[in-house]
Amino acid sequence: MIAKSATTGSAFDASLLIRALRDAVVKLNPAKLVRNPVIFVTEVVATVVTFIAIRDGLSGEAFAFNAQLAVWLWFTVLFATFAEAVAEGRGRAQADALRKLRSDVTAKVMPLADNRTLFSRKPAEDLEMGDIVLVEAGDIIPADGEVIEGVASVNESAVTGESAPVIRESGGDRSAVTGGTLVLSDWIVVKVTAKPGDTFLDRMIALVEGAKRQKTPNEIALDVLLAGMTLIFLIAVVTLVGLASWGGQPPSVPVLIALFVTLIPTTIGGLLSAIGIAGMDRLVRFNVIATSGRAVEAAGDVDTLLLDKTGTITFGNRMADAFVPVPGVSEAALAQAALLSSLADETPEGRSIVDLATGRYGLARPAADPAAVFVPFTAQTRMSGVDLGGRTIRKGAVDSVLKDVGGAAPAEFPAAVERIARTGGTPLAVSENGRLLGVIHLKDVVKPGIKERFAALRAMGIRTVMVTGDNRVTAAAIAAEAGVDDFIAEATPQDKLDYIRKAQEGGRLVAMCGDGTNDAPALAQADVGVALQTGTQAARDAANMVDLDSNPTKLIEVVEIGKQMLITRGALTTFSIANDVAKYFAILPALFVASHPQLGSLNVMRLSTPESAILSAVIFNALVIVVLIPLALKGVRYRADGAAAILGRNLAIYGLGGLIAPFVGIKLIDLIVSTLGWA
Amino acid sequence: MTISGWAEIAFILALVVATAPPLAAYMARAFAGDRTFLSPVLAPVERGFFAAAGVDPAKGQDWRRYLLAMLVFNATGFVLLYAILRLQHLLPLNPAGLPALTDHLAFNTAVSFVTNTNWQSYGGETTMSLFSQMAGLTVQNFVSAATGIALALAVVRAFASKGTADLGNFWADLTRTVLYVFLPACLVMALAFVALGVPQTLQASASAATLEGAQQTLSLGPVASQLAIKQLGTNGGGFFNVNSAHPFENPNAWTNLISIWAILALAFALPLVFGRMVGDKRQGWALFAAMGVILLAGVAGAYWAESGGNPIVQGLGVAAGPGNMEGKEVRFGVDMSALWAAATAGTSNGSVNAMHASFTPLGGLVPMFLIQLGEVAPGGVGSGLYGMIVFAVLAVFVAGLMVGRTPEYLGKKIGAKEIKMAMLAVLILPVAILGFGALSAVLEPGKAGVLNAGPHGLSEILYAFTSAGGNNGSAFAGLTANSPWYNTTLGIAMLLGRFAYVVPVMALAGSIAVRVKTPPSAGTFPTTGPLFVGLLIGVILILGGLQFFPALALGPLVEHLLMQAGVTF
Repeated sequence: MIAKSATTGSAFDASLLIRALRDAVVKLNPAKLVRNPVIFVTEVVATVVTFIAIRDGLSGEAFAFNAQLAVWLWFTVLFATFAEAVAEGRGRAQADALRKLRSDVTAKVMPLADNRTLFSRKPAEDLEMGDIVLVEAGDIIPADGEVIEGVASVNESAVTGESAPVIRESGGDRSAVTGGTLVLSDWIVVKVTAKPGDTFLDRMIALVEGAKRQKTPNEIALDVLLAGMTLIFLIAVVTLVGLASWGGQPPSVPVLIALFVTLIPTTIGGLLSAIGIAGMDRLVRFNVIATSGRAVEAAGDVDTLLLDKTGTITFGNRMADAFVPVPGVSEAALAQAALLSSLADETPEGRSIVDLATGRYGLARPAADPAAVFVPFTAQTRMSGVDLGGRTIRKGAVDSVLKDVGGAAPAEFPAAVERIARTGGTPLAVSENGRLLGVIHLKDVVKPGIKERFAALRAMGIRTVMVTGDNRVTAAAIAAEAGVDDFIAEATPQDKLDYIRKAQEGGRLVAMCGDGTNDAPALAQADVGVALQTGTQAARDAANMVDLDSNPTKLIEVVEIGKQMLITRGALTTFSIANDVAKYFAILPALFVASHPQLGSLNVMRLSTPESAILSAVIFNALVIVVLIPLALKGVRYRADGAAAILGRNLAIYGLGGLIAPFVGIKLIDLIVSTLGWA
Repeated sequence: MTISGWAEIAFILALVVATAPPLAAYMARAFAGDRTFLSPVLAPVERGFFAAAGVDPAKGQDWRRYLLAMLVFNATGFVLLYAILRLQHLLPLNPAGLPALTDHLAFNTAVSFVTNTNWQSYGGETTMSLFSQMAGLTVQNFVSAATGIALALAVVRAFASKGTADLGNFWADLTRTVLYVFLPACLVMALAFVALGVPQTLQASASAATLEGAQQTLSLGPVASQLAIKQLGTNGGGFFNVNSAHPFENPNAWTNLISIWAILALAFALPLVFGRMVGDKRQGWALFAAMGVILLAGVAGAYWAESGGNPIVQGLGVAAGPGNMEGKEVRFGVDMSALWAAATAGTSNGSVNAMHASFTPLGGLVPMFLIQLGEVAPGGVGSGLYGMIVFAVLAVFVAGLMVGRTPEYLGKKIGAKEIKMAMLAVLILPVAILGFGALSAVLEPGKAGVLNAGPHGLSEILYAFTSAGGNNGSAFAGLTANSPWYNTTLGIAMLLGRFAYVVPVMALAGSIAVRVKTPPSAGTFPTTGPLFVGLLIGVILILGGLQFFPALALGPLVEHLLMQAGVTF
């Protein structure tokens, strides 16, 4: 199974940066850069200024100022391509990390299909189609395959979200096993059926690395806005030549270009694609792979979450909730027997029985008795227990235990079993020395904190809908306990699909998580469909995200990551646009210093010389891209909160901050520039 | 600035705020075809019009059909008006025997009135026959204003729509606006103006003996009726050349008060109509507030600048008072002149009761900047609302991402198509103002018309194209605009400002209309409340205003700084 934290290494290690620097230069190719209108235009005018500086230099005129302008304009372009290159580099590093982790699962390859004692260890990624592997209790099944020998109980909760172990055996329709699932008891021999390099994970890694990134709808819209603003400022600057010639000499072309470049939204233009790549990257870090940036964006928009009850809202593992003895047996006696039988039972159910008996029933935890012989759960018996000084205690599935005690049970017993089953619980029978003692009520327990989580989601404007196969009564009880907004009981895949369609007609965006082939239509219909990595191929194909951990709770985090990416994009857009005000105050007085010296009173920053003012604004404009790269990659801080609160906070930081920051920044740069005597 | 001056300003603005909700309630009903208190009288007339024209008012149009109907209607109106002006000497009701207009002046004037600009390259009493005034100009005063409102209704319906392409019926909207809003309001108001001393006669002039015994000819005409629609329809075209500074067009403080109210009343009621139509009155109040704050800032700026007066004049010791009274009417004073200037600029009305060219540089900058912001504070009737909606869309798009969702306004997602159209619309003003302004500052025919040298001359050019592009129509004076160059370029600027703006806006509406409406939730970007109003104002200033900053710096700003230094032109 893939570990939770995919990478721990720094995103900014040296080799990564050097590689990014090289890529950044390659990206200067205008044919590629044209996809980014703002930066492309910057490159064009940088070329113009460069030519002017060279021409002046060759003809012996003063060229130092224009040359400096040209250099910083080129830096502006380079910083933008660098931002994208760094973001891509991190994605590449992620893919490598995933590949490494995947190989951490070791397979026991059997050269001879009929000799289980003879095997060699081999990394799972090196498995070939047709390899025969042995998987024993406690092992993770290394690849998709088919059981050719043996029978085992397998925890497929990672695939199905269902905690109860399932039986996998050779022959019949229970022979398929899925890579990543855990064998709990016994052993099986599996024949690998997936081709090397063609596993699902392989294709996902290729996707992360391939960087054949398409712009998302919102990015396209933002590009249009930025291009429009570029055009508006182009008009403003070009017409300035005419207007300024009214009262005197119009400013020189390089100076006008400086004004133009500082006004157009180069900051967000330079960081936009990096933000998008980083958003997908954050998902990957979270072991969720989006098949497109569009899906990440949609995740932020989602306002309805379809969550499977088991594993997401409740513990996939059922917990002991009550002991119900048969007549003639005291509750304490039943609890005592259940406790003894579960001491060595390390399953969550077993531990929960111990907790219940020692907790609510106040029984002392007996010391380990070396004479006790524990009988583990097996797929054949479907019981576990303990033999202890003449006491033979067994607990397990009701029908198995009943068979074990010869079918004798008082009339109250089936009534209790039925009552437990009706409320969505699981009955577990307990017997001692062939006598039925009673039943343990295993219940779905709502995860602690989930209710608060849903409340937070509600504050964010997201409705939660619980999907469960339980009947309405049970579903309603759990729904109320968990605090979801709605539930679908006795849900069939068709029900899910219908629910999603109806919600979408009402203008809602729906996210869901699924694994089975019959989930595929609903996954495809949902705006964000997250397939569990261990789910069926059909589900994975229909979904636009795949969760490598197969953890259905992640849907919530996926939404949060989507939101964080959109917020980052919005924050930097706002910041970039707000920056313009200060740049006017820096450049305008300098622009007209010859013809209209009075405008010097607009020089509120008291910048030392006109040349220094212009250069400082251009330098600030370039450097701000680099300064903001970490923020673009990391994303702005996100807290689950209502839209009004988030907006207020972010407007204060990035709106007001965007107004003020350049005043400070340009002034500081001006001090440095004038001290160094650059201008 | 004085307390009494501010009190007067506050009183008029309070009147506007107080009348906006009932006006909005009435208009919303009338536009929807619901029953109003005037229905017993007007409904039969309305049905008659629809029957005669073969229009089914319930039959909706998508954005293309709606736009086409509007364009056909306005093109016809233009041809008709152009013909009237060119054939004026052959038409009746020409007691003064005025000749036909030149081709470029007729073009400019016809465009001007069809686009609701009412830029006047001519002097009314010396150029226009009564027939041209009444059958030509006044008709366009009604229908161009109604066109603006109809377009706004179509745009609003797009945001209210639950995913259908239907934006309403242009012919129904036009008819209802004229019939239920403008006609009754103008009737009442014209009578009020007559009662307050504004002439309403078909007599061309009266003769009077002056105190010195000389004979003076006083131009007269149907002034009161044209005055009412001029203000209510944010038209602004005066009957007389000096517009509402003329003692017959604006005789006293009461007519002045009613005029300013009339300039602002409908333009401020329309955002509230918007709130009602989209089913959330707070949405309307948010736009109302953004419009109000910008206008109030403009009033304060103009009043402050004009009260301060001209330090050069003050220094001579000949000033009548502390304020700048050059070009102002004594009966209105600095406060009412400043309020009028801001109101007329903010609404794309364009009527004046003082000469903006004689304002101090900063006082003159205020109306210019208010127009350049896109005529949205509160803008012309209808056009101000759809202009403001364009900015709201942009504001939501820029900052909306910051709540973690792709942007939506009133439950409608804002995508690439919408942004493309909004940006196309926002591009129009810089093209018209800066483009033509720069050409005029460089080319000989442009430079020839300018009266003053130095930055004031540049202000004159800028103001003319600002006024034309913003469909405002107020003049800065000082510019001899009745020349082929200015008549033509200003005419084109007016056409761009109206129709080149409205085509992308309607395309935006068409795209918005068919989008599914997302129900609001706690995660929805809030488009009501002070935060959004502040954001909206910020976006208007940055996306609508920043591009004019260099031009303004070269014109009024330099002039102001020079004035401080004692230099005049």
